[in-house]
Amino acid sequence: MSLARWMTRATPAQAGAAVSSLVVESHEWRDLAQDVAAAGGRLLALWGTNRVGQCDTLHAVAVAPPRILAVTIPLAIDRGYPGVEDVFPSASRMQRAVFDLCGLRSTDRDTRPWLRHAAWPADAFPLAADPMPSPPQSPIDDYAYVRVEGDGVHEIPVGPVHAGIIEPGHFRFSVVGEKVLRLEERLGYVHKGIERRFTELPILDGHRLAARVSGDSGVAYAWSYCQALERMTGTVVPPRASWLRALALELERIANHLGDLGALGNDAGFAFGLAQFSRLKEQLLRATEQVLGQRYLLDFVVPGGTCLDLAPASATALDEYLAQLTDEVAVLRGIYEEHTGLRDRFAGAGTVLPELASWLGLVGLAGRASGQTLDLRADAACAPYDELNVRRCTQQDGDVLARVTLRFDELGESVRVVRRILRALPPGKHAIAVTIPPVGAVGVGLIEAWRGPVVVGLEAGPDGSILRCHPQDPSWHNWPALEHAIIGNIVPDFPLINKSFNLSYSGHDL
Amino acid sequence: MLKTLQQILKTGIVTEAPPAPADELRVREALESRIREVLGRALCIREVDAGSCNGCELEIHALGNPVYSIESLGIRFVASPRHADLLLVTGPVSRHMEVALRRTYDATPDPKLVVAVGDCGACGGVFGSGYASCGAVSNVIPVDVVVTGCPPSPTRIMAGILAAISKSAATSTGRSGE
Repeated sequence: MSLARWMTRATPAQAGAAVSSLVVESHEWRDLAQDVAAAGGRLLALWGTNRVGQCDTLHAVAVAPPRILAVTIPLAIDRGYPGVEDVFPSASRMQRAVFDLCGLRSTDRDTRPWLRHAAWPADAFPLAADPMPSPPQSPIDDYAYVRVEGDGVHEIPVGPVHAGIIEPGHFRFSVVGEKVLRLEERLGYVHKGIERRFTELPILDGHRLAARVSGDSGVAYAWSYCQALERMTGTVVPPRASWLRALALELERIANHLGDLGALGNDAGFAFGLAQFSRLKEQLLRATEQVLGQRYLLDFVVPGGTCLDLAPASATALDEYLAQLTDEVAVLRGIYEEHTGLRDRFAGAGTVLPELASWLGLVGLAGRASGQTLDLRADAACAPYDELNVRRCTQQDGDVLARVTLRFDELGESVRVVRRILRALPPGKHAIAVTIPPVGAVGVGLIEAWRGPVVVGLEAGPDGSILRCHPQDPSWHNWPALEHAIIGNIVPDFPLINKSFNLSYSGHDL
Repeated sequence: MLKTLQQILKTGIVTEAPPAPADELRVREALESRIREVLGRALCIREVDAGSCNGCELEIHALGNPVYSIESLGIRFVASPRHADLLLVTGPVSRHMEVALRRTYDATPDPKLVVAVGDCGACGGVFGSGYASCGAVSNVIPVDVVVTGCPPSPTRIMAGILAAISKSAATSTGRSGE
């Protein structure tokens, strides 16, 4: 069997998009998943819909470059469907989340709740029930962690409130002495009901919420949302708009990489790195505010284009600033590379080798640091990336050092791309009007955020409302890899290893 | 090592003067003795992300960069609520974080201050309140000062922190006069 036989059944989607849609029966889903995996593909997103008077549906987005498949799987009335957790390990948590929110149960043997803690009862499903019952009396639930037993094994529970200024989540370490035998993550603490909230918003307004699914990736989410919306109505944004969006996305990538490079130095005991890189990040944020009006570009991408245009004088100023940034980063990179203490902490810590990364389905930055090549900007590129020729960066070692090196490489490449955009920005409008999509229209958006591919699945309701919107963060695929990366390392290296992945909690918990 | 030192020398001190919009910053010196009385020598802050999108956290991080250099103002972020004078809380408070936030608040010794950061901490913001969100921080714990913005700039957050100190000093003056 191969993926090609499915493609004959697929409907090529709207102009300019590499997304093909495909409807398969529930019993065919596992075959399709296996063929995607055999073609070196990835499952990027999985969500369910169920509403009164209609059959339940499972939705999936898979990528096997250059193809992107939006799969719809109508389900029988018993609310069951075959799980694919043995084909794509990251599917397990997504399937558990689908049950928590929609009540659609997979055949996965792990039936523990994932996003649901104690905020709502087990028999209520936020995306199916209207209204929701009031929260149960017991504010804390009892989660069945996997116990590690044996001589000298003890548990270290960490979180949800962490020691630093980071998002909440719980980590359960089973250790012998300093050495970590097993880590079990528990997430869902910042679940704030984003998917249900979407259904309360007008569809032309949803990009504001999308941008705040994960605040460090606002451009990527807003763009992905707008892409889904625009594909529903066949809207093609003007070239200048898509180039400006790419400018914003790359500035977001540079800002996050600068922040992470500083924090990684700091976590390895090199405070100089934090001081220098956080200074550079602050300069970048100020330069961004000067030319595009916001430090973080959460509200820059809007349906039909961008909220404002770039003035020619601003382009020159930004270009000059980026030339200076390049020089500064080059000096700091030299210092990081020569610092033996730093390299000693980075090299060999938190290793995920390419073979494991491939099996776990690692994506994005962490994936590319472990030999996985997928980068939506280079594979299945949407406009304007089809013209920008982004150089794909990869590393093979899969350790903290590889993730640091990759950040330096990608930072340099993003600076190059931004400077190219500044020089070749097409003339024309920066935004056009977008019409309200017809009820029942569906669209999928995919954008390579700094962490990895962000997917938004969108379905239009009547009178410009949102029937369903599902954002999927790349962190879903990479969180399970962190549990592997820490094995055999020492507990004090966990903050460094965790930071080197820098995965999203809010984007994951929704 | 030589390159590192060269870079440090070349960079120099980039810390800016306390920003103008924060009148509270100007009264810092006048407040200093009051802070010592009420809170001890340094102001210790415990940050709690109670459901934020991580946007506010980025700006709270920025407070520590050399440009804002909040530590040089005698303000420190600490790892435990038991060491804290002030909780800096971002929201909306998710129902799954409600208990953790209450416990953090209870673990913070009196007298304590709470600053809610961001539009979501102020009123639930774009997330509102619902089956999984309690909305504003003040729906869960008492709040002294609210800093709006999405996300608020580091300057605004600084102003909020200093407004809280100011308020606390005023209250304690009031009390001592009773």
